Amino acid sequence: MLQVGLTHFLVVSAVLFSLGVYGIVTRKNAVMVLMGIELILNSANINFIAFARFGNFGYSGQINALFVIVLAAAEAAIALAIVLNIYKTFSNVNVDEIDHLKD
Amino acid sequence: MNYYDIIFYLFALITLVSAWFVVTTRNVIYSAFFLLFTFFGVAGIYVLLAADFIAVVQIMVYVGGILILLLFGVMLTNKMTNVDIRTGATHLLPASIATGILMGAVVSVMVFTEWKIQPTEAPDTTLKALGTLLLTDYVLVFELLGLLLLVALIGAASIARREKE
Repeated sequence: MLQVGLTHFLVVSAVLFSLGVYGIVTRKNAVMVLMGIELILNSANINFIAFARFGNFGYSGQINALFVIVLAAAEAAIALAIVLNIYKTFSNVNVDEIDHLKD
Repeated sequence: MNYYDIIFYLFALITLVSAWFVVTTRNVIYSAFFLLFTFFGVAGIYVLLAADFIAVVQIMVYVGGILILLLFGVMLTNKMTNVDIRTGATHLLPASIATGILMGAVVSVMVFTEWKIQPTEAPDTTLKALGTLLLTDYVLVFELLGLLLLVALIGAASIARREKE
């Protein structure tokens, strides 16, 4: 149990995923919901790279992790642009109070 | 217990404790800085998994790009009359129960599955292999990602710009 194998990395990834989900569900600020999303993407990346190390199928897992990092960057940029727009319209970014379309 | 195990437990502890503080602290700036420590912990885990290039890419893109973007988002969307920005949390008890059940389910799947593992020798550097793969097997995805980044750049700039009144 103390000798570190594949399972240890997968457990770290699973706990990080759960913390990300908890962050998305409980946070009221929209930017902190984005932080929860980044935690979830990082946990999936740890999973990819752990299997790339411990499986025997080349480096596909690491290439996929690279793609996930690129997609996370693009998505964070767009999400923050949208959050800035929301702040311009509603004057706060509390996700509970953003409940109507443009009037 | 050799050095590998000790360093793994250290980085796992850094990652998980920082992630716990990201999702529980009330101060928004503290949350962003604990996210910084989480990203560094994850980069350390990548190095332990013989993914040296991905670890450096993680630090450059996540810490040097996305975290700065998130900090800009925090600063621009809160009325910063004082340094300390507090935010609230909703549905703490149902979320804790549901997330606890989810974590229990996923961790038990991870632990009780007989993974067929064949660990190979850790390479010196993965850089050459990754570069070759990007330009031979994954060249289409590589080009599409370039296009996607261009679209994201144009989209973000046009969504967030200030309208001329």
